[in-house]
Amino acid sequence: MATVSPTPLLKDELDIVIPTIRNLDFLEMWRPFFQPYHLIIVQDGDPTKTIKVPEGFDYELYNRNDINRILGPKASCISFKDSACRCFGYMVSKKKYIYTIDDDCFVAKDPSGKDINALEQHIQNLLSPSTPFFFNTLYDPYRSGADFVRGYPFSLREGVPTAVSHGLWLNIPDYDAPTQLVKPLERNTRYVDAIMTIPKGTLFPMCGMNLAFNRELIGPAMYFGLMGDGQPIGRYDDMWAGWCTKVICDHLGWGVKTGLPYIWHSKASNPFVNLKKEYKGIYWQEELIPFFQSVALPKDCTTVQKCYIEISKQVKAKLGKVDDYFNKLADAMVTWIEAWDELNPSGDISAKIPNGASK
Amino acid sequence: MSLAIKDDEVDIVIGALRSDLTTFMNEWRPMFSRFHLIIVKDPDLKEELKIPEGFNLDVYGKPEIDQVVGSSTSILFSGYSCRYFGYLVSRKKYIISVDDDCLPARDPKGFLVDAVAQHISNLTNPATPFFFNTLYDPYAEGADFVRGYPFSLRGGVKCALSCGLWLNLADHDAPTQALKARQRNSRYVDAVMTVPAGSLIPISGINIAFEREAVGPALVPALKLAGEGKCRWETMEDIWSGLCVKVVCDHLGLGVKTGLPYIWRTDRGDPIASLKKEWEGVKLMEEVIPFFQSVRLPREATTVEECIVEVANAVKERLGSMDPVFARAAKAMLDWIKLWQSVGSSSSRSSAV
Repeated sequence: MATVSPTPLLKDELDIVIPTIRNLDFLEMWRPFFQPYHLIIVQDGDPTKTIKVPEGFDYELYNRNDINRILGPKASCISFKDSACRCFGYMVSKKKYIYTIDDDCFVAKDPSGKDINALEQHIQNLLSPSTPFFFNTLYDPYRSGADFVRGYPFSLREGVPTAVSHGLWLNIPDYDAPTQLVKPLERNTRYVDAIMTIPKGTLFPMCGMNLAFNRELIGPAMYFGLMGDGQPIGRYDDMWAGWCTKVICDHLGWGVKTGLPYIWHSKASNPFVNLKKEYKGIYWQEELIPFFQSVALPKDCTTVQKCYIEISKQVKAKLGKVDDYFNKLADAMVTWIEAWDELNPSGDISAKIPNGASK
Repeated sequence: MSLAIKDDEVDIVIGALRSDLTTFMNEWRPMFSRFHLIIVKDPDLKEELKIPEGFNLDVYGKPEIDQVVGSSTSILFSGYSCRYFGYLVSRKKYIISVDDDCLPARDPKGFLVDAVAQHISNLTNPATPFFFNTLYDPYAEGADFVRGYPFSLRGGVKCALSCGLWLNLADHDAPTQALKARQRNSRYVDAVMTVPAGSLIPISGINIAFEREAVGPALVPALKLAGEGKCRWETMEDIWSGLCVKVVCDHLGLGVKTGLPYIWRTDRGDPIASLKKEWEGVKLMEEVIPFFQSVRLPREATTVEECIVEVANAVKERLGSMDPVFARAAKAMLDWIKLWQSVGSSSSRSSAV
């Protein structure tokens, strides 16, 4: 076919949200790819510490004092001493798209040795449709060199809007603590050259290390929960957001992609610290998965906010008995939506629900 | 984690739609020679098969097919559907089946891909259909389940079907290949993954493997297009068969994997000529996919045969009046189950829920 048109930069439509407690030296490596963009830095931990941002980047920085000032009592929904605080960045952004990345993630190389522009790939993923209703065995059909396979109905080939682009990691894989303890030396060296849509009705464990999404579509669902200081659990923030997001995307007919791009994850966190954080989650997860698999959203939930509030009600009703934490979380979910709507008063994005889509 | 399997648990079944299999067999020799092969000659093929020496194989043609199933039922086995006869008469636990215009592929490092070994690995390692692992196959070397994957689901379920892919001539339909006449698939995606439960996929018959004992009867030679021909662009029988298998696997809690291994599919045929000859198949998918997405099997259907009978009845009831091809497919499915029970079942065990 004819030449592939270059990916638009979207530099005025995309914010990069980075949570950090240490420093942002990693941005030097990303400079060729990130410099055109506005950064939102959410400083976790001690607000008296000064985070040094490398020269030449356009950014706004928020610490805990800023979060408290801006949200007032609603700041209680934003985690303290946990990278989950990053979702505050999503809330204050005014852009259409968000890319979030951890400060121990660097530029990876593809098998040919070329540096991977992860942001460009995420943009391509978000700007091209998803195909959640029927799995294409050649993965992303809109990629150059690929297409739909024989048997794929033509009526499904236009796809649906992509709400989320979930990237992966070379080097230190995103394992839970038990797996890290058993396999401390395992490194992910397999470059899987594919992007695919996660089918409708299928849940996945979303990782926030290398994640992009259409904020205008799904932003309100990207609440990273109550983690860290004063909370009984950690390292479940992104997964919680991912399960809520996927259920809502399935309901509203939007797609979630996973696969490329890869980043290079450099730092292995301490598995014993992780185990302490995850410990309860490992048990609770056994309840959470059936819960999310069976969430049914009524047809009149036509906006993300309405869907999210509905999920929070069901969290309280069905998970409250697992642990009181879930009652607090359900309340925090409501607070989050209230705060979101206050800071983003331009109105909800309604989605036309496809016929008979609700489970 | 995989089970060690013995060579005599495997049959390689080849449907021969062309007579000269010399290059095909010689190229596959390093991968095939350990195993027993079943070669089924398309009953419509007039020429004698040319097969090189040195293989342990059985060859079946029209006379044998007629003898085993009767000449009225043998209509089921013409063209690409001849391979199902091989599935029927095999007595092995695992079957690997590739089209006769496919050769071994090379991986990005230049090594020949042993598609047989990869399929066997896929079938003997568990599948994980209930939750998507973002690092794909968790049982692969150097991989595992990611953070957030429930521990209770990490044992997985049996993998009943392994669907491989194709380099060079990918399995696009005729309109797509006609539009992109020069497009060839050169992207080697180094992953195997389980197709999630409840999700359907178009399963191409070009490069598959399955556990015959678990799902054999579910691979049904049923959907014969009016203009069905001797190019894959002129068929949908495998797509139909694959949808049946996936629905049955979902119901019985069995897994289906897709991805590696790749084979190299040689250039053959003309998509425009095929499109002129047979274009109905593409249209039919518009009805077929929603039908399979909405099929619900009753709890009482606990064996593969029972499941297929249920699907066949649903086809007859809901699609039968739409197009005669569906009514014929439903009947063929019921005939197939009867055949399987009389001819095929001496070593196949049904999967109970």
